[in-house]
Amino acid sequence: MRFDDEPIAGHALPILPGHTSPGRLERVLRAGGFAITTELAPPDSADPEEVYKRARVFDGYADAINATDGSGANCHMSSLAVCALLTRAGYAPVMQISCRDKNRIAIQGDILGGAAMGVCNMLALSGDGVQSGDHPQSKPVFDLDSLSLLQIATTMRDKGTFQSGRKLTSSPKVFFGAAENPTVAPLEHRASRLAKKIAAGAQFIQTQYVYDMERLRDFMRRVEDLGLLDKVYLLIGVGPFKTAKGAEWMRNNVPGMHVPDALIKRLSGAEDQAKEGRQICVDLIQEARSIKGVHGVHIMAYRQEETVAEIVDRSGVLEGRVPWYPNRDTNIKGNSQ
Amino acid sequence: MYSVRRWSVRHADGLNWFYNGLEAVLVALAPLWRAIGYERLERPFAFLERNVKGLLFDCKMCGQCVLSSTGMSCSMNCPKNLRNGPCGGVRANGHCEVKPEMRCVWVEAWTGAGRIKGGLDKIAVVQLPVDRRLEGRSSWLKVVRERTEPPKSEAKK
Repeated sequence: MRFDDEPIAGHALPILPGHTSPGRLERVLRAGGFAITTELAPPDSADPEEVYKRARVFDGYADAINATDGSGANCHMSSLAVCALLTRAGYAPVMQISCRDKNRIAIQGDILGGAAMGVCNMLALSGDGVQSGDHPQSKPVFDLDSLSLLQIATTMRDKGTFQSGRKLTSSPKVFFGAAENPTVAPLEHRASRLAKKIAAGAQFIQTQYVYDMERLRDFMRRVEDLGLLDKVYLLIGVGPFKTAKGAEWMRNNVPGMHVPDALIKRLSGAEDQAKEGRQICVDLIQEARSIKGVHGVHIMAYRQEETVAEIVDRSGVLEGRVPWYPNRDTNIKGNSQ
Repeated sequence: MYSVRRWSVRHADGLNWFYNGLEAVLVALAPLWRAIGYERLERPFAFLERNVKGLLFDCKMCGQCVLSSTGMSCSMNCPKNLRNGPCGGVRANGHCEVKPEMRCVWVEAWTGAGRIKGGLDKIAVVQLPVDRRLEGRSSWLKVVRERTEPPKSEAKK
């Protein structure tokens, strides 16, 4: 998809009528495209080149790149800084905001600052507990939760005020999202919680890893019953496993992971487990795509980010579309899409 | 106490019924409270709430009780202090990601809400961020004042 009003890299696109942000992700979703988002693990480094290096592996395969915010409660470069670096090059980042580390004063400041630096998408998260990370001795903040954060954020955008009521001179033009975890307990209430997130202002959802398509279908049926299918853009979280052992480790140690036994069996029975892991991911993407109300996938390939391109390619879901990346339009000739 | 807290969720409907009665009485007595003075009543009321709700719900005295909206499961017992849970980290057995020995406060909340008439409608309402200034103060007096006094733009200090 190539926009007619494509600006110089690093400059904002115009905001189209009915859109809330000048971002590419919102454009792709509203145009009915099947969106691909992926995740960049911020480096333990102060070198910007490390960020760009990590972004480049997704060139041509991702509509937006999430910059995690202390994921797993581990310390890394901040999401805000990663996003600011990415927007300089023209990438479309999704700034993750976790409620674990900052109170509402800091978070509202970051929303303004991020938007000022060209960040068009932000994702509101509760955040993993500090016990799961590398600084378990730190103070968990949790002044807000993801829903009250969404409410405050959308108030800033739509009413132009802080939570205090104090006026902003310019409001942040941001496409706001949230997470959901359709395949873990309490399964019967997950769709209702999604309804709350939509009510609080979520425009798009990126889910936690989904490895159980039966549970996803069940969740989507409930979402449909609640009349939410056309109220939010749902991106299903997927990711490749390298080994069956790794899959088991993640199931037991990463909060909120549900991996069916059958899938681990399929992996352990394979000759080349990494290859089978990628194939499973391709299968999941294709199956997710066939479900009504699914608008894209969010590929999380931690420490194997280089596999994302191949997985997207083989899934065929882009249907020849080439998401923007620096110099795309000079590299591809005759791309009129 | 954990076992009492779980008992309270199992009896969410009865406790909610009892609270509604209590609230009606407290509201009806508003002229009396006003005559005595709300600030003078603050400490005895907070003492009472700390002990009664502390026993029944492991109340953390946030000062803005939403138990009727959370199936009689106190959301401040969630290690992430979520007012709109559960998070995505709930274990397969319905226990907490942070405290594996404890049942998820919000799994309990949704279960309890299902037991209260109209509870699932109330839990569906998005709860506002907590006003940390109210910590340690009486929720009941706050409710009485909200129900009997014209709304003020600023939350009471």
